[in-house]
Formats: sequence, structure tokens, C-alpha cells
Amino acid sequence: MTQPVLSVRNLEVEFVTRRATLRAINGVSFDIAKGEVLGVVGESGAGKSVTGLAVIGLIDPPGRISAGEIELSGTRIDHLPLEEIRRVRGKRIGMIFQDPLTSLNPLYRIGDQIIETIRTHTSLSESAARRRAIDLLAEVGIPAPEKRIDGYPHEFSGGMRQRVVIALAICAEPELIIADEPTTALDVSVQAQIIALIKRLGRDHGTAVMLVTHDMGVIAETCDRVAVMYSGRIAEIGPVQEVVRNPLHPYAKGLMGAIPTLAGEDKRLVQIPGSMPRLSAIPPGCPFNPRCAFAFDRCRVERPEPIRQGTQSVACHLFEPAKETAA
Amino acid sequence: MLAFTLRRLLQAIGVMLAVGVIAFAMFRFAGDPVNQMVSIDTSAAQRAEIRHSLGLDDPVLVQFGRYFINALQFKFGVSYQFRLPVSSLLAERLPATLELAICATLLAMVAGILMGVYSALRRDTILARLFQAISLIGISLPTFLIGILLIYLFAVTLGWLPSFGRGEVVKLGWWSTGLLTVSGWKAIIMPAITLGLFQMTLIMRLVRAEMLEVLRTDYIRFARARGLTTRAIHFGHALKNTLVPVITVAGLQFGSVIAFSIITETVFQWPGMGLLFVQAVQNVDIPIMAAYLLMVSLIFVTINLVVDILYTVVDPRLRSTVSRAT
Repeated sequence: MTQPVLSVRNLEVEFVTRRATLRAINGVSFDIAKGEVLGVVGESGAGKSVTGLAVIGLIDPPGRISAGEIELSGTRIDHLPLEEIRRVRGKRIGMIFQDPLTSLNPLYRIGDQIIETIRTHTSLSESAARRRAIDLLAEVGIPAPEKRIDGYPHEFSGGMRQRVVIALAICAEPELIIADEPTTALDVSVQAQIIALIKRLGRDHGTAVMLVTHDMGVIAETCDRVAVMYSGRIAEIGPVQEVVRNPLHPYAKGLMGAIPTLAGEDKRLVQIPGSMPRLSAIPPGCPFNPRCAFAFDRCRVERPEPIRQGTQSVACHLFEPAKETAA
Repeated sequence: MLAFTLRRLLQAIGVMLAVGVIAFAMFRFAGDPVNQMVSIDTSAAQRAEIRHSLGLDDPVLVQFGRYFINALQFKFGVSYQFRLPVSSLLAERLPATLELAICATLLAMVAGILMGVYSALRRDTILARLFQAISLIGISLPTFLIGILLIYLFAVTLGWLPSFGRGEVVKLGWWSTGLLTVSGWKAIIMPAITLGLFQMTLIMRLVRAEMLEVLRTDYIRFARARGLTTRAIHFGHALKNTLVPVITVAGLQFGSVIAFSIITETVFQWPGMGLLFVQAVQNVDIPIMAAYLLMVSLIFVTINLVVDILYTVVDPRLRSTVSRAT
């Protein structure tokens, strides 16, 4: 097997507060191969965004990576000195944030922001960087880029600004793009364009993509594999068709059941009762057990480890080989 | 952009007209100037003659019209106490005040921005806390007290700096400057600090608060995610966004620096317009007071105008809304 672009092993992220140490990410492991799009889904607060920020090293104090390893093409990038992780950011990992309206500095022309980023990471001259910036804008689908390059962010629509943000994220040809809810703040019609763009860029450049979203439609359409996160852990991870069609984890089942379809079957959408526990009150054992219809005694005391099930991997005691008969 | 500037210019003229009315009204309501100028044993005929020679017996509207037309030509009448044209008295004092105000403002801006940026970026260091403490003192201590304390320390006790005056001045045309001589520089240090301290602490606190605010924004986080250097993020992206509100405050403060220089000039016997004004108040020298009022308001209005225009230069968003609105 070839080396994955991104390999995360047993990642833990903690936030130290005056009252307690909150563990936002608790033992997350996953790989993303070259050219692969991994979707990360889950409710708000499941740790999706924090995982993305941890990979690029942007967890601000009081948060910190307390355990685990993050490898980018074989080199460890967690706990790098500030100056070295800075060289990784933007150069080897591009990041796209949720809100394109606030991601760009309003006082600088978009061209200057792109040129600045290119020149930070390459040795291109000012004019070469400008030509590259125009190419990039053309590549992300901005019409008349040689004119728009001198525009200010407020002169662009939300979708166009997200394209600029994407151009900024890919300007140094990164190995990995982390897209943190890139379409949440956009109109539905624009969402599809942006998703198609990210997908195309990933395919054309062989870039690995980590797509954080809570939109299952986006996941089904874009991703090769999907990780379902719950309460700082990965509940289930596997190829997108398998997980969408045949979810194993009770939480993933609930999540897929909550997707409305236009197919017209007159059944009610399934709801998952209750809400995700707060970080300060994660129940012992499986964090999902208070909401789980299949929970049994073991779920309330012992934390389930990921178990392989064909191409999928699921963290649930129901799939424990020894326990299968008992359940 | 041009229409915007023109509109602001018209507003400025309106303000100046209103101030002109108030300045003129001072002549009518601040007592009879003739009584101030003559001794008790001046005869009524002589008083009437003086009154007539100063044009004080004409109808109010005529007097106002005359005052207005003269003011447009920078003729503000003759000082009652010096018997000299007010405009030449002011012109003589103007360089001293402007030099002091500019030095104080530059000092306040440079030191204020540096201290503000430092205490925002290194929030938890001892130095940052010290700056915060100093700024509290600067904001709460009155100007004259700071001036007197400085004089006591550096002029009386240590004898390093002169306690009053401008030192030697050099004439450049009609402009007299103290900034070309060593004694001039020595003389301006303490007044400039005294005058600028309040502004400095104000700017420092403003820069600190704004900077902390800006550092939390998404575009700073995105700039970090793009791998820009810390220096580029702090001093390029963050500082420029911080300076938008700072420009307004610093600009408007320049007007108050000139207005507040009255106190500093009195403490340090600085031969500027403020000192002239204080003497004029003591002697009910209304032409000087009225002209000073007009001048300070002209400075304020001009600064406001410049700040408005500068604002659109720094912030492109305003530029387009401004041109769209016209």
C-alpha cells in the first residue's frame, strides 16, 4: 500500500480551563490517500473542525494536542516549532474556512493577498507571482481574472469570495486541503459549484482533501470515504457508499435516517432522541450510550474500540465478535 | 469621491459660518470694550470718539457684515491691549503652537501605537502590564499637574531641561522655528510630553483594544492558515485594520491638542496662541478671543475633513459606498 498523504493516529486534543480539562478529541485515527476525499460528518461540537485545526496546527491556547501523532507524507507535523509548522501551512496544507465573507482581509486587494501567499512559499518574482495568481483565479472559475485580481473582497459575491479563498488555499500546490464547512455559508445553488470545484481540483492535482461538513448530501456527492464523528471520537469510518447505504453504528444509522429523500416514501424522518453530551459531561463507556436504542450494560462502562467490518470500521460493542451472539 | 469631498466642504463652510456668528456675538455681549481700554477719567466725548473709530457705533448687521468680510481676508481687527492687528499677533504665535502640537501628536502616535501593539501582542508580559498602568496614570492625571511634576523633576531638581520658553528660535521667512537649535529641542521636550501624554495613553489603549479584536477575526486565522509569517500577519494584516479607527481618533485629537495647549502653554510659558488667548481673556481682549475661536474651529473643521478623506483612502469599502452614494 502506498503511503497516505495524511495519517492521524490516536489524536487527542484538550482544552485546559480553570475548572477542568476538556477533551475535545479523544483517540481519533484516520488516513487520507493521495487524491482521496475524506468527508468528516457529525453534529456541531463533535470535534470535526477541531480535528481539521489540529492537523494544520492552529489549535489556540488553552487548547493543545495532548497525545497522538499526525504525519503528512511520512513526516510528523504535530508539535513542530512555530516557524516550521508555518512553512507547512499554506505550502503543504491548504485550508478553506466556513465563511468566505470574513476569511479575506477587507483592506487588501485579493490579488495582493494571493501574491503575498505565493511569495511567502515560493521564490517567484512579483510579476511571476501575479501571473500565477491570475492563472489560479481562472482555474477556480473567476471570470475576467486579469481584471478582478485588483478588486477588493467586498466587490465579490459570497460564492466568488469562496473561490478566491480556494485559490489562496491551493496557490502553493498543497498535498492536502482541509475544507472546514466550505459551503455552509453559501446559497444552495452556489454550494454545488463550490463542491464540484473542490472535487475537480482534488482530482486534477492529486490533492488529498479533508472535507468537514454536516451536510450528508455533500458527503454522498463528493467523498470517497466518510468518517462519522461523535463526541470527539470516530464512530464509523468507511467508503461512502457503504456508510451511507449500510451504516453500522447506531449513531450513523440515525444520521442517515435523518436525511430527507425526494423518493416520496411517506415515512417520517427518524430522529435521534436527546442531544450530544457536553464536553464537561461525557458519559463513561460509549459516549453515545444514553441515546442509543441498542445500548447494553457493557456500553455504559467500557469504551468501544474501532472494529473492522469489511471495508468499514466501527466503534461499537454490537460488533464485537465475542459479543455478537449475546447481542 | 469628488462629490463626497465637495459635500463635506460645504458642510465645513456651514460650520464656520455658525462659529463666525458666535465669535461676532462675543463683541456684543462680553461688555463694553471701550471701558476696558480707557482710564476712568476719559471724557464721554473721547469715549464716543474711540467708539466711532473702532466702528462700534454702527448697526449690528453692518458690524457683522464688516467683521465677516474682514475675517475672510484674515483681518480680525486690532487687539485692544496690544494695539496691533490680531492677525499679525496670531501669525507670530502660530508657529510655536503648531510646532508644539505636531511634536506632541507625533510623540503620542508613535509611542502610543508602539506601546499599544506591544501590549496587544505580548499581553501577559510585565512590560505590557506596566504600559497599562502608565496609561491609567496618563488618562487620569490632569495636564497641568503632569507639567508641574516634570518641571520639578527635570528643571528644578535635575536641572537638565529649561522650565519655560522656547529656547533659541530661527526665522524661516515669517515662520519662527525652535526645532533647528539645541536649546529649542530641549525646551520642547517637556511641553510636548505634557501635552501629548493624554493622547498617547488614549491611542495606546485604543490600539491595544482594536488589535486584540482584529487578531480574533477570521481573516487573521485564515492568514495564519496560509502560512504567512507572524510579522506579515501582525504588522501587515492586523495593524492596517487596527489603524482605521485610530486615524479618526488621532486626527480629531490633533484639534484638541491645539485647544488644550492653552494649559500646557501657560504652565511652561510657551509663547504660543494658547498663552496669548489666556492673556486676552484676562484683559477682555475680545478681538483676540474671537479670532482664536475662529481659528481653532477652522483647524477642527479642516482636520475633520482630512480625516474623512483619509478614511476612504485606507478603507476601500468606504471608497465604493461613497462613490455609489453620489
